[in-house]
Amino acid sequence: MKLSTYNFLTSKAIKGVKVGYPLKLTIAKKDVVETEFNPTFIERLLPKLDWNTVYLAAQTVDLADDIPQEQPAAVADNEELLQRLHHLLLEIDVLEGQLECPETGRVFPITDGIPNMLLNEDEV
Amino acid sequence: MARRPEHSAPPEIFYNDDEAKKYSSNSRIIEIQVEMAERALELLNLDEDENYLILDIGCGSGLSGSVLEDNDHMWIGIDISKSMLDIAVDREVEGDLVLGDMGQGMPFKPGTFDGAISISALQWLCNADKTSHNPHKRLYKFFSTLFSSLTRTARAVFQFYPENADQIEMVTTQAMKAGFYGGIVVDYPNSTKAKKYFLVLMTGGAAPMPKALGSEEDEKRISYIKKREMTKDCRGKPLKKSRDWILAKKERRRRQGKDTRPDTKYTGRKRSARF
Ligand SMILES: C[S@@+](CC[C@H](N)C(=O)[O-])C[C@H]1O[C@@H](n2cnc3c(N)ncnc32)[C@H](O)[C@@H]1O
Repeated sequence: MKLSTYNFLTSKAIKGVKVGYPLKLTIAKKDVVETEFNPTFIERLLPKLDWNTVYLAAQTVDLADDIPQEQPAAVADNEELLQRLHHLLLEIDVLEGQLECPETGRVFPITDGIPNMLLNEDEV
Repeated sequence: MARRPEHSAPPEIFYNDDEAKKYSSNSRIIEIQVEMAERALELLNLDEDENYLILDIGCGSGLSGSVLEDNDHMWIGIDISKSMLDIAVDREVEGDLVLGDMGQGMPFKPGTFDGAISISALQWLCNADKTSHNPHKRLYKFFSTLFSSLTRTARAVFQFYPENADQIEMVTTQAMKAGFYGGIVVDYPNSTKAKKYFLVLMTGGAAPMPKALGSEEDEKRISYIKKREMTKDCRGKPLKKSRDWILAKKERRRRQGKDTRPDTKYTGRKRSARF
């Protein structure tokens, strides 16, 4: 699971959960997969990303020094920041770990790089 | 006719390790899935020069997703079968993968995706695999959460195999109830083999439905496309701004249902410098 995907996931599908965001991410095993830097990808993602959760992800992988806590006004003109975002959001691959619903504490395991968002029938 | 797979077992059981492997390495299946995904992407009506973030629903082992990456889009795939997703990981697809059940809702925050495609998956949702399943309710939950996870100009295009007219009715009713506009496009309606159903849904208000391929008034266009593909094969893409290039571009716009001026003998002619 890439950290861009983490930014988009919610647990709102659980019955009774209001927002279900951001999920609490715990990483047991991760990998870094180098991919070609494409600034237009990051620019496309920017308006969709929740910046607090970007920062949260950066803290989880000890990259908080690379990412400003508040979203700067003109990210698109800042090549260095775009590269750091590329690394954080598209190159880090969470292989094992878990996501936790902030409201119910329900845990979604991440196995072989795939978060399991399946619910039991009594949770929907 | 062969028994429908969705009648034989729930999807996460039917697509076990064995079936997932067989499915994903069959060259005939690969060819068909890729072709349908290409048509679905075309019906999404995106700007060809941009990169987008697309959701692939019932992504399986990533056959449909490969079309998205070939067109330089980022994608996230969701599927209920871990065996299918494991093969996608083995195939090193570029998309990111999520294990989830369409009928439980799309687990993404609002405004995430610029479009969604779904190839050969939606008919699975029309069945009740568990006693607690109500297909109408699951379809509604699916469409309403999908609607919110899309941007406000996005489309979602589903190629699917409806069993009968009631199923088409059930699916479109729930999609409209969830806020979508749109309808069904049937490509090659007169051919038993090539006939394909596409449910085309739009978030941003009613727009003209794209034209189907292979309907009768369309015959001329098909032969034209064939011709274009043949010339493309031997000469590569037509020169930019040439008559062929303009005709091909207009053809694509028409297939996407965009307003396009008819082709005339003047199309692509050099204008004199008088004005
Ligand atoms: C015929 S395969 C198509 C896979 C892929 N789209 C392709 O073109 O090759 C149908 C897929 O739909 C998935 N599917 C069926 N029901 C589903 C559900 N309720 N939620 C998510 N995926 C589902 C199956 O697991 C299977 O991978």
